Amino acid sequence: MLNPGPSPRKKLTSPLPGPESAGVFSARAGTGPGGWKRLLWRGALALLIGGCLLTTACGKPADADSGPGLSGKLVLTGSSTIAPLAAEMGRRFEEVHPRVRIDVQTGGSSRGIADARSGTADIGMASRALKDGEGDLLAFPIAGDGVALIVHADNPVVSLTDEEVVAIYTGRIETWKGVGGLERPITVVHKADGRATQEVFLDYFDLQPSQVQPDVVIGDNQQGIKTVQGNPDAIAYVSIGTADFERRRGTPIKLLAAGEIAATTENVARGLFPIARPLNLVTRDQPTGLAAAFLDFARSDAVDDLIEAQLFVPIER
Amino acid sequence: MSPSRGDRWLAGALGLAAALAGGAIVLILAFLVIEAWPALRQVGLSRFLGDSGWLPAAGPDGNFNLVPMLAGTVAVTAGAMLLAVPAGVISAIFCRYYAPLGVSHIYRRLIEVLAGIPSVVYGFWGLVVLVPWITRFRPPGQSLLAGALILALMVLPTVALLAESALRSLPRSYFEGAAALGLGRFTTVRSLALPAAAPGIGAGCVLATARALGETMAVLMVCGNVVQVPTSFFDPIRTLTANIALEMAYATQFHRSALFVSGLALMGLVGLLISAVERLSPKPAYE
Repeated sequence: MLNPGPSPRKKLTSPLPGPESAGVFSARAGTGPGGWKRLLWRGALALLIGGCLLTTACGKPADADSGPGLSGKLVLTGSSTIAPLAAEMGRRFEEVHPRVRIDVQTGGSSRGIADARSGTADIGMASRALKDGEGDLLAFPIAGDGVALIVHADNPVVSLTDEEVVAIYTGRIETWKGVGGLERPITVVHKADGRATQEVFLDYFDLQPSQVQPDVVIGDNQQGIKTVQGNPDAIAYVSIGTADFERRRGTPIKLLAAGEIAATTENVARGLFPIARPLNLVTRDQPTGLAAAFLDFARSDAVDDLIEAQLFVPIER
Repeated sequence: MSPSRGDRWLAGALGLAAALAGGAIVLILAFLVIEAWPALRQVGLSRFLGDSGWLPAAGPDGNFNLVPMLAGTVAVTAGAMLLAVPAGVISAIFCRYYAPLGVSHIYRRLIEVLAGIPSVVYGFWGLVVLVPWITRFRPPGQSLLAGALILALMVLPTVALLAESALRSLPRSYFEGAAALGLGRFTTVRSLALPAAAPGIGAGCVLATARALGETMAVLMVCGNVVQVPTSFFDPIRTLTANIALEMAYATQFHRSALFVSGLALMGLVGLLISAVERLSPKPAYE
């Protein structure tokens, strides 16, 4: 059994000096240098606790006084492509308006559309343009993203026509020689089902998912870039922002032009690059109050650096 | 003699802990079945085994064949175990009976470090080193072979450490007996240590197999994830776990439910493994 008797150790480390522990302490204070040490410790603890109480006490009213009158909670749901960007924007918005909470949840563009329509979310996120049946909703583009075809830097091919891309992805052209390159088999890198990039790619080239004959299926952009980097015969399609960023920091990949138009973030920003998509925030009604303030903020210069940090393209305003 | 109060408390607490562990498994299974139910009901088990492909995003009219992924999972796991079990057991024997004390100590520490490396690091290494190397011989490089090699590397420490501890726990008297009979080191290891430690080594192999079956990130990065039944070591494959990880974040409604069916299939594989081991494992000679 445990000894239920007095446990002096516990009392000595007790942070608040009550009368009983003070007695224990004073009884030992004179016995040696250890007593002074304990006294110092206790003083430090008391200061620490006091300090904490003081700062929290003073901190609260100071926060509440600053910032304009916006308050409340804003719920955003939808595209997992936009969610990290929206969360960063939300964080910055909360810094300006401390009584506002921005809650960002993912679940895909379709969920963003559905939630905005039903009112479950104040704002939906959709990483594509609105479709024909979605005219009842309002779309607010916050950034752009393009899809670029990438190959290894050593591959002599610099551009592909749309027909060539379709032929490669459906397995009708199997070596690079068929498109003016080397006599080497093409490794076709495709994205997994449900990824927004895949949707944009298939839409643009008018392909059905079942038609594509991939050699490698990838998840995110980085995996595609690493695959092409390690395989001189591979072709993949990834987000332009990510590919451009990797190319500029020396990764041996090359972005293929779409016909005449070079795959650059500038061309996406100007709306010239054809394989592109908007990143939209979606609402059911004309936004007011908090939602309107956040939408204005998300489309202002104040978030350009966030958009670029997430490797998307700020839209021209 | 009635149990003391302490005993009763202890029994209660232990029972509660056991119920929590058991309950968690039951709850997970129930959750999987509930989530998978819409797909199972509308598509039916037969189509999960006989459809012409895997195109679940199209809703109930899509294709839902899980067989290529079952085959891929089994193939990559079997390949990994074929490599890891001999290597792990041999490394344990070396460490225990042949290596000088200092070497054996350092070697053990190294294997322990190997066991602690996160799987995503193995996957990344596989993608930037192993896959390009295989690509030079047979593109695309992302393949059953790459997956089996990476998995073998990942489960090797589990096999080696558990085999080593099984060998270490053998009674000293066995070896004194062997020495008294004048048996050599090799004969002692082959005819005494290995058979006596077989149950422990077997348990290690089962744990390692379960880990290989469930491994996700590393295989997702090096296996190529093409849905097909592999016909050679250089074919890309998709495992059940990679299937879930690749598509879950983007799946809605029906597609999501179909992914839970692939989770159930994985649970089924693990269940099969465990019941096969129960049935096949020899009872230990001593007890």
